[in-house]
Amino acid sequence: MTDHDKVLETAETWLDAGHPVALATVIKTWGSAPRPAGSQLAVRKDGTFVGSVSGGCVEGAVIAEAMDAITDGKPRKLAFGVSNEQAWQVGLACGGQIEIYVERVE
Amino acid sequence: MKRDLLHRLNEARAKGRGVVLAIRLDTGVQRLIERGDMADALAAAAQSALARDQSGTVEVDGAGWFLNVFNSPPKLYIVGAVHIAQPLSQMAALAAFDVTVIDPRTAFATSERFPNLHLIAAWPDEALADLPLDARTAVVTLTHDPKLDDPALVAALKSEAFYIGALGSKKTHAARVGRLTAAGFDAAAIARIRGPVGLDIGAVSPAEIAVSIMAQVIETLRADAA
Repeated sequence: MTDHDKVLETAETWLDAGHPVALATVIKTWGSAPRPAGSQLAVRKDGTFVGSVSGGCVEGAVIAEAMDAITDGKPRKLAFGVSNEQAWQVGLACGGQIEIYVERVE
Repeated sequence: MKRDLLHRLNEARAKGRGVVLAIRLDTGVQRLIERGDMADALAAAAQSALARDQSGTVEVDGAGWFLNVFNSPPKLYIVGAVHIAQPLSQMAALAAFDVTVIDPRTAFATSERFPNLHLIAAWPDEALADLPLDARTAVVTLTHDPKLDDPALVAALKSEAFYIGALGSKKTHAARVGRLTAAGFDAAAIARIRGPVGLDIGAVSPAEIAVSIMAQVIETLRADAA
């Protein structure tokens, strides 16, 4: 799996520059999810991010959770999809479902 | 994730080694598994994920793990530093292929025409003898010249290359099939060669032909994984 943003390389560069970083990884997909399992997003404490986990549909919510994970250090699992009560706010227009693991790089 | 693990993961990827990052979902414990590592059930599951080129969750000894596959990039060897090779090499690089262009004609194989690309100015059979030709390799011949194309096709047919394509009309391809048959390849082996090369999208310009070739290469790569 390769991508244009070089997510993990960028994450390491940010860490080297002294920025705390969290990683979000798609761990499971059902139906027509936009990005396959393994897709990643790296987020800095200031909200700067690279990569994608959904092609844009739920990135905002994931970035907010990632920033929280940087603050409290707790890994979390997030689920998005049509069966989720959040679907009306941040859902996947494609009707797919995804599960995302978010963790701080220690 | 520990920073040291991220560093080791990036190092493996920079060197083109296929690795799997395993995350235990209930505890967050993580482990980097190298290609070929069969130390335990988790490592074995990782090898299978690498072979399928598919990340996903597995259950090992009662615990759920996410296996994130970081495969070595697929390789594309282009024989013939011709006009079509210019857009094809760029598109393949964008799609994260590791691209090598081979052409013994030094007037064609110049870094001006192929900037930032691995170029080998040698005969295809000599060049391919020194390059890995494995199941993550695609070979495309573009010269129309049997002297250059045929030795590359012979080397590709003897390998596990997932895709072999040869530029040329139906007539050119029929002549090629005749030569390869005479060289001892049976019909099933020769049928591995996609000729005329590329998906039939009515491509005309070199860039359009490159799109049709690249689409067929990706179709084949992903069909194998599915």
